[in-house]
Amino acid sequence: MSALFGLAGAALVGLGLYGLIVHPEPLRKILAFNLLGSGVFLLFGVIARRGAAAGMGADPIPQALVITGIVVAFAGSALAVALLLRLHQISGRADLGADSAPPAGNGPT
Amino acid sequence: MTLAFDAILIATVLAVAGWTIAARETFAAVIGFVAYGLLLALVWVRLAAPDVALTEAAIGGGVTGVLLLGGAARLRGVVAAPDAWPAATLRLAAAALSATVAAALAAVVLLLPDPAPTLAPEALASLPATGLGNPVNGVLMAYRALDTLHEKVVLVLALIGVWSLAADRAWGGIPGQRRPTRRDDALVFLARLLPPVGIVIGVYLLWAGADEPGGAFQGGALLAAMWLLAMMAGLVTLPAVSSRWLRLALVAGPALFLAIGLAGFVIADAFLAYPEAWAKPLIIVIEIALVLSIAATLGLLVAGPPEQAPPR
Repeated sequence: MSALFGLAGAALVGLGLYGLIVHPEPLRKILAFNLLGSGVFLLFGVIARRGAAAGMGADPIPQALVITGIVVAFAGSALAVALLLRLHQISGRADLGADSAPPAGNGPT
Repeated sequence: MTLAFDAILIATVLAVAGWTIAARETFAAVIGFVAYGLLLALVWVRLAAPDVALTEAAIGGGVTGVLLLGGAARLRGVVAAPDAWPAATLRLAAAALSATVAAALAAVVLLLPDPAPTLAPEALASLPATGLGNPVNGVLMAYRALDTLHEKVVLVLALIGVWSLAADRAWGGIPGQRRPTRRDDALVFLARLLPPVGIVIGVYLLWAGADEPGGAFQGGALLAAMWLLAMMAGLVTLPAVSSRWLRLALVAGPALFLAIGLAGFVIADAFLAYPEAWAKPLIIVIEIALVLSIAATLGLLVAGPPEQAPPR
């Protein structure tokens, strides 16, 4: 039963990894990375569900780890988005192409 | 019946996830991601993890969604050049690698040991000593309190990282761009209607978290969402990040947590240990301070680095 959700988690990791590698836009990479992370969390959830015992629906320890993980993933995403917007503000571009000299007179303001 | 529901739910989750990768428009992909977060919350309910479901809906879908939407709005019109896409061979290789990783994980899922190892009986057996009724909260606030403390510090560090991206003229200033003067009446109406309800529910989640699903994270995320709503409608202006009371609110939770943790050396027998008679009051005091810090930190992380000069 919960194996079905586990397989879904594995598929989500694959989808996220593909988007992370292939997508040229950094915001889409951040989004794909979140997808990958949620797939990993889902695998944790399945392991928790399998550990149901003592009248509890699921093992509480993996659940608590996932809650911590979701919050830390958000903090990482917020920092990544802020870095990306600052890159766009300074250089006018939002891609991860090869570094080129910044246009003259358009340095940090 | 439930098998059919689960199958449909999983198919929908995977379809929406595929959409967030495949969609041409970044904005559409982000909308898809918000829907994905809410659907994933349903999956967590099906996995008998309502605490995680609340967190996923509030933070994974909600607050992360607002963050990515804000980023997509600022980057509107910035489209990757067609030649920025990797060549077909590289994409094929990436697809093969991703499929291999997914297949390996699927094999792990199918080969998990049976019966599954579990710490649920141990977690439940020690729960009376903490005075809590929700074992997940027991793990977060007592057994693995060190993780939770670290996580709070990570949140504050991430915020310091975001603030340090401010331009020189906005250093220590007010986060976010100046709001447009055009009032969006529907948004203002919602921002007046929802926060009183949302704040009550947020405080309830914090309070009920001791015995029922909920807790400081979920309550804090909801309070942050209400703050963001009022912020976006222009009903509240953000304080400058150099303001002392704001910084105090940000560190109050982690600092109190750390102080009580250190006091554990004296009043109990270890770092982050609580004396048994005082466990529940101490945990509740920590959670109240944490919920304020979490709400402030999450809201400010979404608001981004300071962009307006501080008031003189």
